Amino acid sequence: MNIDGDNGIPDNDVVLTTRSRLARNLADHPFLNRASDMQSALVMQTAQRVLLDAPLSEKTLWMDLDELTPLDRSLLVERHLISRHHSESSLHRGVAISSDEHMSIMVNEEDHLRIQVIQRGSRLDETFEQLMRIDALLEQQLDYAFHDQWGYLSVCPTNVGTGIRFSVMVHLPALRITNELAKVQRAAKELHLVVRGYYGEGSESTGQIYQVSNQVTLGRTEEEIQEEFSKSIIPALIDYERSARNVLMKKNSMLLDDRIQRAYSVLCSARLLKVDEAMKLLSRVRLGASLGHVDCSIQTIDELLVQVQPAHLNQQAQSTLSDNDELEYRALIVRNTLSQQ
Amino acid sequence: MKCDLCNKPAVVHEVSINNGKKKEVHLCLEHAQAAGVAIPGQQPINKLLTKFVIGQSPKSTGKECPDCGITFAQIKRSNLIGCPGCYNAFRDSLGSLIEQAQYGASSHIGRVPNRKHTPSQFELRAKKLMNELDAAVTAEQYERAAILRDRLNKLSTEVQADEDEVQGGDGGS
Ligand SMILES: [Zn+2]
Ligand SMILES: [Zn+2]
Repeated sequence: MNIDGDNGIPDNDVVLTTRSRLARNLADHPFLNRASDMQSALVMQTAQRVLLDAPLSEKTLWMDLDELTPLDRSLLVERHLISRHHSESSLHRGVAISSDEHMSIMVNEEDHLRIQVIQRGSRLDETFEQLMRIDALLEQQLDYAFHDQWGYLSVCPTNVGTGIRFSVMVHLPALRITNELAKVQRAAKELHLVVRGYYGEGSESTGQIYQVSNQVTLGRTEEEIQEEFSKSIIPALIDYERSARNVLMKKNSMLLDDRIQRAYSVLCSARLLKVDEAMKLLSRVRLGASLGHVDCSIQTIDELLVQVQPAHLNQQAQSTLSDNDELEYRALIVRNTLSQQ
Repeated sequence: MKCDLCNKPAVVHEVSINNGKKKEVHLCLEHAQAAGVAIPGQQPINKLLTKFVIGQSPKSTGKECPDCGITFAQIKRSNLIGCPGCYNAFRDSLGSLIEQAQYGASSHIGRVPNRKHTPSQFELRAKKLMNELDAAVTAEQYERAAILRDRLNKLSTEVQADEDEVQGGDGGS
């Protein structure tokens, strides 16, 4: 079953985003942990020229991360266009981004290239197709490190072979309330999946948002990995969460509605908001929005989840906010957005 | 003459001069074979020496990658591989590391690159400059290294300008 969520985004009651990404390295260049300053600069120059020349998207922007301010780099992290690791690394590094922000190609992250395509809702097939098209274009211009037995080579043994990683970002508040998350985690482990928080590797899960990805990249074709993800893993996650929501609605609907409405009231009236508190409350309201308990679209909540992050607030305020100002400004943004609904 | 590694008589002898330093190698039959060297008479002596040196010097005991110099111990500690060449240099030990990381999978069956890419003018020039730079640094010619470094930095804009010119000459498109 494929439910069209609000604004036509498939299954967005549970799925925030789906993402496909490839790890690629240039042949005859050392990987980044062994590369000198000049060698990593050379990878940058080679990649930059190709990324800007190839018709990867309608409009591709290139950013040299060394030249960006820390605030700009944090903005990219908050939008999931680069990783925290990439933002904080001391190497020469850059990123190519399509102007619609669906494609981003990190240069000199952990591998020479990390190519990703991300979409809202459950659209893994679409992201996979786009990713394969981009990879084919790049392969005409770049000589990738490839091995007869181990396929595309990577700095890390966990990425060799296809170098492909699929991720789905899911909102699982009902499974949390019904205490079934541990069961999901166990099932994920058996299927060789890894479960991470909102900002990927090493991040905490905030607001019951989890990122689920495949761990095995070798010994199966890209299509096999993708099919399993699209046809069984994502549907299973959606089913678990939806059944938990149904159970809650039947058994405890008043308690559930109470939690949602309290969260909504706090967001509509708070004068100071910390980022974790905002995410936790937005998570409950998101559940309310997908059950039709509050008059607010899911997409609005998903946008707020990004807008309440520190760098986004500072950018919108167009000044460096003090800690207290940040709390106040966050509360203001949330109140204004929800009152416009 | 005795073997460098034990008291038996040496049957393999070779002298080489490397970077102005003379190096002598003397080995008994057993140690020559252990170093992967066949007995004299079966192969030209030069080949023997190369093999011996490959077998004994720290760069070539198979403990360091000949391309990037990383050791397998370092790879194991960080779980990070040094370069594409490591995959052949440590083929066996890496194989088990990969199988472990990949839940038993050991061979790629997915896509393969569909054509060998021909290096662009930029890559060829950049590579040449890189080699010259390496040589300059090794020879401690730092002034020359600085010049080469500047050239390398400018290269990308130069090549870009060249290409723009060519496209302009075509009358645009
Ligand atoms: Zn001996
Ligand atoms: Zn190596």
